[in-house]
Amino acid sequence: MPKAFKPSVITANALLEGDVVYMGADEWVRDLSDAEVITDEAVADLRMIETSAQSDLVVGVYLAEVDMTQGAPAPTHFREAFRAKGPSNYAHGKQESL
Amino acid sequence: MYSYTDFDAKFLAERNAQFRQQVERRIDGSLTEDEFKPLRLMNGLYLQLHAYMLRVAIPYGTLNGGQMRALAEIADKWDKGYGHFTTRQNIQYNWPELRDVPDMLDALAEVNLHAIQTSGNTIRNVTADHFAGAAADEVADPRPIAELIRQWSTDHPEFQFLPRKFKVAVSGSQHDRAVIKAHDIGLRIVERDGVQGFEVIVGGGLGRTPMIGKVLYDFVAAEDLLPTLEAIVSVYNLLGRRDNKYKARIKITVHENGIEDIRARVDARYKLIRPQFTGVDQQMLARIEADFALPAFKTQSLAAYESAYTNDPVFRSWADTNLADHRAPGYAIVSISLKAHGATPGDATSEQMREMAALAEEFGHNELRISHEQNVILPHVHRADLPALHARLKSAGLATANIGLISDIIACPGMDYCALATARSIPIAQEIATRFDALKLEHDVGPLKIKISGCINACGHHHVGHIGILGLDRAGVENYQITLGGDGTEDATIGERAGPGFSADDIVPAIERLVYAYLDLRQDAGETFLQTYRRLGLAPFKAALYPEAKADAA
Ligand code: HEM
Ligand code: SF4
Repeated sequence: MPKAFKPSVITANALLEGDVVYMGADEWVRDLSDAEVITDEAVADLRMIETSAQSDLVVGVYLAEVDMTQGAPAPTHFREAFRAKGPSNYAHGKQESL
Repeated sequence: MYSYTDFDAKFLAERNAQFRQQVERRIDGSLTEDEFKPLRLMNGLYLQLHAYMLRVAIPYGTLNGGQMRALAEIADKWDKGYGHFTTRQNIQYNWPELRDVPDMLDALAEVNLHAIQTSGNTIRNVTADHFAGAAADEVADPRPIAELIRQWSTDHPEFQFLPRKFKVAVSGSQHDRAVIKAHDIGLRIVERDGVQGFEVIVGGGLGRTPMIGKVLYDFVAAEDLLPTLEAIVSVYNLLGRRDNKYKARIKITVHENGIEDIRARVDARYKLIRPQFTGVDQQMLARIEADFALPAFKTQSLAAYESAYTNDPVFRSWADTNLADHRAPGYAIVSISLKAHGATPGDATSEQMREMAALAEEFGHNELRISHEQNVILPHVHRADLPALHARLKSAGLATANIGLISDIIACPGMDYCALATARSIPIAQEIATRFDALKLEHDVGPLKIKISGCINACGHHHVGHIGILGLDRAGVENYQITLGGDGTEDATIGERAGPGFSADDIVPAIERLVYAYLDLRQDAGETFLQTYRRLGLAPFKAALYPEAKADAA
């Protein structure tokens, strides 16, 4: 049986600043909570093709699984948690604006 | 200190202008990321987890005050006011923006610094003993030869696309402070019948398959060194495995072919190319050596030092751990710890960098070194100046008296920054240092090297840590594996795996059990952790790490 598709977001690094971005409704956003959560594999494939083509804006596009049990997308892997938040030794990166 | 020629300066300016255009073309869309990535990597620019990272080479770890100040200014202007000093005598900036990098490179070039060959499959920044030119036990200063190797390898047409990156380290002392046996080529200056030459070690390396280098030649005359190196790299270039990235380092080539076969091939290649080296390299070396002439040391009374040492216990404790023997009478080598308890190992704020620059100018003959242990060295300080120096370090938060102790931890950036990481390193280092500071145990415990890497690549040298910690990803959770008994000195040893890994919450208590076990097991306070480990082996330490396993077996 094929593995069930888990809710996911499309993520990448911004070309100019290098920081973590997510695909939102129709543009790249900085905050995971603004990301479009994709629940259908066919939609994910299509979005990956569209977003990967935007190499003038982003670098290294990929799909990252999220957990939706709290209503908002939350990272399922600790790597994505650090990407969403910033490093743990200083309040740098995303957390600066929180 | 090596002084750049007009040729060097012009080379850097042209190179930077070229990269500036490449960045512009990437931003305006005329270069794709696939086209641009190799170009940015050639200029030390990586894309990490949260931002770009610019890696700047500090050749053989040597800097002057002006260069250190420039590093601080770059941190303020284009980064977040700090820099990270690494085990490869580089400084890394963790937050540059793509469009600023050409300006950063220009600012570096103004003080003869650059990011060339800090990435890619080339000969990387040549590293050296951080006490070079100052150590009491030194046969000769390793930096002139390191500089000659740098000039020979920079943009060397044959060696820009090696099978894998290539690292050379040089030491001029019997006591190895440059981890030469864990490098692709390790060189040690030795003396035979009053003549200086080089012991040449090849095929060491850490990472996925850690190996201790083997002696290829026990003595190579100074004038034959460059052709010998050229022969080695050329044999590796031909023979190295390009089919498998993980088997591409020279350590695998040496392992698979055997040192005798490699020696025969290097000998043959050497015969062929030796005539091309007509002695120009030796003329260059003579010029470089003149640049590294010792400063004019002063003579001064030691009274101020002795009185501080007798009367000020804080100064004494710092002097006991952070000073090393200097070759000149009355002088000391000062190690400035970038490992304040709870701080990020290797990080210095721009203010701290500026203060270290000022201290070098005022008290240290304008010389600084970066150590592979992520600390900063003032190689030449007269003892009479130490009390004043110590006071200044204290107010800059740089007087932590812990060199070589349990909190003087090497930690790679790990998952907090690095795109290749499988777990974090920095918070583990911070917690261990904070914990042992709270226990007030570290001076009791004495010399103990903990080294932490956030993945198998071993940038944090965990294999050669007395206690090594390797961060892993176990089903989406951070897990930490311990190795014991590693050593990065002339007795280089790869540590042994102690057993199953520990969770992030359990790793610090596990280290604490290990250290208490050592305190119990040591013969006396003079026996170091490593000596105790070598005497008793893994078993008693394993029992301390996994008490429940022992209980189960009983
Ligand atoms: C952009 C961040 C980094 C990347 C992408 C990176 C990548 C790597 C890789 C892929 C290896 C394994 C090489 C091999 O065995 O083939 C490695 C090894 C190593 N790296 Fe890094 N590294 C990074 C940061 C650092 C830092 C911050 C340091 C110093 C703290 C460092 C120093 C080393 C050292 C000493 C090794 C030892 C392995 C050896 O060459 O034998 N690297 N690195
Ligand atoms: S050891 Fe791994 S995690 Fe640490 S800096 Fe090197 S590549 Fe990154």
